[in-house]
Amino acid sequence: MTRVYVPRDAGALSVGAEGVARGIATEAVLRGLPVDLVRNGSRGLYWLEPFVEVETAGGRVAYGPVTEADVAGLFQAGFLEGRSHPLLLGRPEDLPYLARQERLTFARVGIIDPVSVDAYEALGGYRGLRRALEMAPAAIVEAVTQSGLRGRGGAAFPTGIKWKTVLNTAADQKYVVCNADEGDSGTFSDRMVMEGDPLVLVEGMTISGIAVGANRGYIYLRSEYPHALRVLNEAIAAAYRRGFLGPSVLGSSHAFDLEVRVGAGAYICGEETAMLESLEGKRGMVRFKPPLPAIAGLFGKPTVINNVISFASVPIILDRGAEFYRDYGMGRSRGTLPIQLAGNIKHGGLVEKAFGVTLRELLYDYGGGSLSGRPIRAVQVGGPLGAFIPESQFDLPLDYEAFAAKGAMVGHGGIVAFDDTVDMAVMARYAMEFCAIESCGKCTPCRIGSTRGVEVMDRVIAARASRNPAEADASITLLKDLCETMLAGSLCALGGMAPFPVLSAIQHFPEDFGLPAVELAAAAG
Amino acid sequence: MIDRAAWLDAVDRSLARLKHMPGGLLPVLHAIQEEVGYVPPESVPTIAEALNLSRAEVHGVISFYHDFRSEPAGRHVVHVCRAESCQALGAEALLAHACERLGVDVHGTTADGAVTLEPIYCLGNCALSPAVMVDRHLYGRMSSQRLDVMLDGLQGSR
Repeated sequence: MTRVYVPRDAGALSVGAEGVARGIATEAVLRGLPVDLVRNGSRGLYWLEPFVEVETAGGRVAYGPVTEADVAGLFQAGFLEGRSHPLLLGRPEDLPYLARQERLTFARVGIIDPVSVDAYEALGGYRGLRRALEMAPAAIVEAVTQSGLRGRGGAAFPTGIKWKTVLNTAADQKYVVCNADEGDSGTFSDRMVMEGDPLVLVEGMTISGIAVGANRGYIYLRSEYPHALRVLNEAIAAAYRRGFLGPSVLGSSHAFDLEVRVGAGAYICGEETAMLESLEGKRGMVRFKPPLPAIAGLFGKPTVINNVISFASVPIILDRGAEFYRDYGMGRSRGTLPIQLAGNIKHGGLVEKAFGVTLRELLYDYGGGSLSGRPIRAVQVGGPLGAFIPESQFDLPLDYEAFAAKGAMVGHGGIVAFDDTVDMAVMARYAMEFCAIESCGKCTPCRIGSTRGVEVMDRVIAARASRNPAEADASITLLKDLCETMLAGSLCALGGMAPFPVLSAIQHFPEDFGLPAVELAAAAG
Repeated sequence: MIDRAAWLDAVDRSLARLKHMPGGLLPVLHAIQEEVGYVPPESVPTIAEALNLSRAEVHGVISFYHDFRSEPAGRHVVHVCRAESCQALGAEALLAHACERLGVDVHGTTADGAVTLEPIYCLGNCALSPAVMVDRHLYGRMSSQRLDVMLDGLQGSR
């Protein structure tokens, strides 16, 4: 019986993995060759998907990108023994893209059957939870604090501090909520974990529940991720069957129940208080803070809210120790970050590296430059609210503080590349349009400001087309003023950060806004 | 269009199953839309009463979220991603092509009732942009030629 891996990851499925899996199963029957087909997650080398692996005597051997039409030829060439074929890639761990990564959170993604508890435990899974069950709650929180882990959703708030607040708030009921509303364009690391190693998220949330005294958890998953929903539900059911979830976690006195709730297509529900409203069955309107959700969160109870990657990083911290994790990274950005390369990039995918790697290394050494072959002109880091960064700043290291010093943000670690055909005025207009579409409507600067922003950008673009620099200049001045109002007066990050892509585009690419570079740089301040 | 008796039944079943869930309105609406294809406006009073909410609260939730529909969609829903990563590889042109090919604006349904075209803001397939979702199936590295072939298939199917 030869074991063959074909991913069930949504990205792999989007380029034909299902057909490849069916083809392999059919061909194996026709040839009388017994094959054990495992549907794993993705290794994150998306340009090579569908990425098929065969377990041979000499380890796993990869082929890709495999199409359904290649399957018969692969059998003919003897791929079940790892023989040569034009699509042969060799041992996956030897591929430079993977060999040069530091995969801690993603240690098992793309390697194991995501819904098998046995496969999970065989590669170190649930060691962190077993360790946590031997520790006092405060000691678990202390370990997370000492690891230096900061919220990977984008806000980078120290995870341990948040947990400590919940632990120290007395209540009859507390909750653990995972924010899996991964709405930022260019990001997909949450999805990859949920589809490739969901039990690491389940384990991280269980540890969190034990640490803060919460017996109920929710995963708020965006509706755009139907594949992740299926895998998560299968994994949670498996964890229940094996006693890792339920009234007595592994026979201990700790209970922990976990449930997935599906959003309904609202970007704003990635904002933690809007998410809580949505979980309570209401419109996803942002709440005023304080009170902090750690004190009065879901249904008014103390609530830990973390992103998927934050929770998924906890098991290894408990298993290997806070120092092990903290030893990766630079400055106050400790550990690793799963970085996502997206947009116009040749080798798009998942790169988990210690903080400190530069944009240039990521875009060229890993990404291989643009997909179109043209020069990369700009990148947007951290989603639709992140700044546009020009080529002159590509040596910036990925570090929360280094990015903040340049008016940019690391966010959830998504990097979207644009080649030199991009029109930055159009991108600036889109940033305002997106904010207008997704605004919850609670505060005026965001609700009205974004709509006015679209209108002003239309004037800028019209002035550029009619070569009227005076009109462009006047509109830019107005736009700058509007951005200031949104930055200072919005209730949450949507309105409060939507000006970042706009202002950075004006600052770095003034020529796209219809004025000579010098005049416009002055106008943008 | 599903007749009144059929959707009433779906609404009752969804409520019976989910109404005791804490904060269960979204799961209820998802369940109704999954079966009926939309949330019939006439069902709002029933939902409100079962969950002890006002009709305004239920209507407010339905109208807040992009996913919920108050009228039926076409037999297939095609979502074209227009977020930044997909824009970097021509998503706006792809969406314009889809509009032209189908003869509809975004959010529109073709005259034959086969396809509703919707924009969407990130499908999480950003390493394989541009991305399109047809019903619950995801497609990466979409081109206007491949999209045409897919749309032909959808419009030919009943």
